Amino acid sequence: MMSSVLLAAETAHGIAAAGAGLAAIGAGIGIGRIGGSALESIARQPESLNDIRSNMILAAALVEGAAFFAMVVALLVVFKQ
Amino acid sequence: MVRKMSLKALSILVFSTIFFLSFNPARAYEPNDDRPMKGARVAEEKKEESKSFDAGKLIIEHISDSHEWHLWGEGGSAVAIPLPVIIYSNKGLDVFMSSHFEEGQRDITGKNTYRLEENHIKVVNETGAIDEEASAKIMDLSITKNVASLLFGAGLMLWMFLSVAKAYKKREGKAPKGLQSFLEPLILFVRDDVAKTSIGPKYEKYMPYLLTAFFFIFINNLLGLVPIFPGGANLTGNIAVTMILAAITLIVTLLSGNAHYWRHIFAMPGVPIPILIILTPIEIMGVFLKPFVLMIRLFANMTAGHIIALAFFSLIFIFGEMSPGAGYGVSVVSVAFTVFMGMLELLVAFLQAYVFTLLSAIYFGAAIEEHHHKGDHEHDAHPDSQIDIV
Repeated sequence: MMSSVLLAAETAHGIAAAGAGLAAIGAGIGIGRIGGSALESIARQPESLNDIRSNMILAAALVEGAAFFAMVVALLVVFKQ
Repeated sequence: MVRKMSLKALSILVFSTIFFLSFNPARAYEPNDDRPMKGARVAEEKKEESKSFDAGKLIIEHISDSHEWHLWGEGGSAVAIPLPVIIYSNKGLDVFMSSHFEEGQRDITGKNTYRLEENHIKVVNETGAIDEEASAKIMDLSITKNVASLLFGAGLMLWMFLSVAKAYKKREGKAPKGLQSFLEPLILFVRDDVAKTSIGPKYEKYMPYLLTAFFFIFINNLLGLVPIFPGGANLTGNIAVTMILAAITLIVTLLSGNAHYWRHIFAMPGVPIPILIILTPIEIMGVFLKPFVLMIRLFANMTAGHIIALAFFSLIFIFGEMSPGAGYGVSVVSVAFTVFMGMLELLVAFLQAYVFTLLSAIYFGAAIEEHHHKGDHEHDAHPDSQIDIV
């Protein structure tokens, strides 16, 4: 019985780690798209560089916030004794 | 002129480093030596030191709060600054230094008997067992590491801004000098790019809070990156601290909401009733969810940064356990990576302060927004609305 409890805990930790990795994929895709469209619009209109840069950084921080939700949940699973 | 300035800064840095290293407050207190079974304790320590390196435990210890400020060393030879423990229970107030706990080896009796277990203070009953029920009822008001760091950061901010305010008053009309010229771009940045653009003409009412939040988060983020005392406490990675910041943002938003704002939450105009039944609960949840996300974002960013830096350093010790050569080899790569991550963390420190302040300003602006659309929500694309000035 003890071993099955430990196995369940280890499996849960492993799945939590995989979940955090999936969240990183989501963040990567989102921020990649933001960066890509920012670069395109800078190429179209170089004088709006500063406006675009600040908006890009803001949007990236928001997308990262969403990814961090999954990270926090994974941390809760791993460190809840 | 630039040469002289940097020499002055360098000498200040060297002197303060020497000062902090020589002034060792941890040796200033003498631990009580009247414990029985001291030999048994020494044997326990020796056993403890031969355990293998536990990276997870090290990381958790470093990012969580504690009742003493650990400087260096581990086990019995740890050098740490003890901090006051303040417990308020229904029997009264107890104040003592955390050095009495001796890393959880001793209980201390005041109005109750206390034991330190996993950084929590628990009440111990007469038989020596932990009384969970009584432990849940005490109020732990101690000055922990995070509280001490908070007080230090607050003192630093007070000194910075009071001296800058005095300098502005004294040098009215003249160009800014010294600390003024360092803080002025940041303050103007918060005023122009964050407050004015998000809140609009009535931004001045919210400037004190926005400036405080921005500099509080920025300075405490930066202090968390400094590895030597008095920096290095993970204050903004403490979810209680970020929760209070987000709660203040929520309270200011709720208190400054006008009729237009509340109407849009409870009964969004131009939406048919069946959709409104679904939309209104979502909007109400959104009011509380937005500050909650603010809290999680700041907490997770700071904690993740610290964990990454600690994990890179732990790599050195993990490889060092396999062979000393591997440890030294990995240390070069590890330190290089950590320096790079440190640069990123500097950017993140500023960015998180900026994002928190900007989003708070956006929520305030949304709360005090006046109804000014010419074409209301009922109208679709109208030929005249192309030149609609909103």
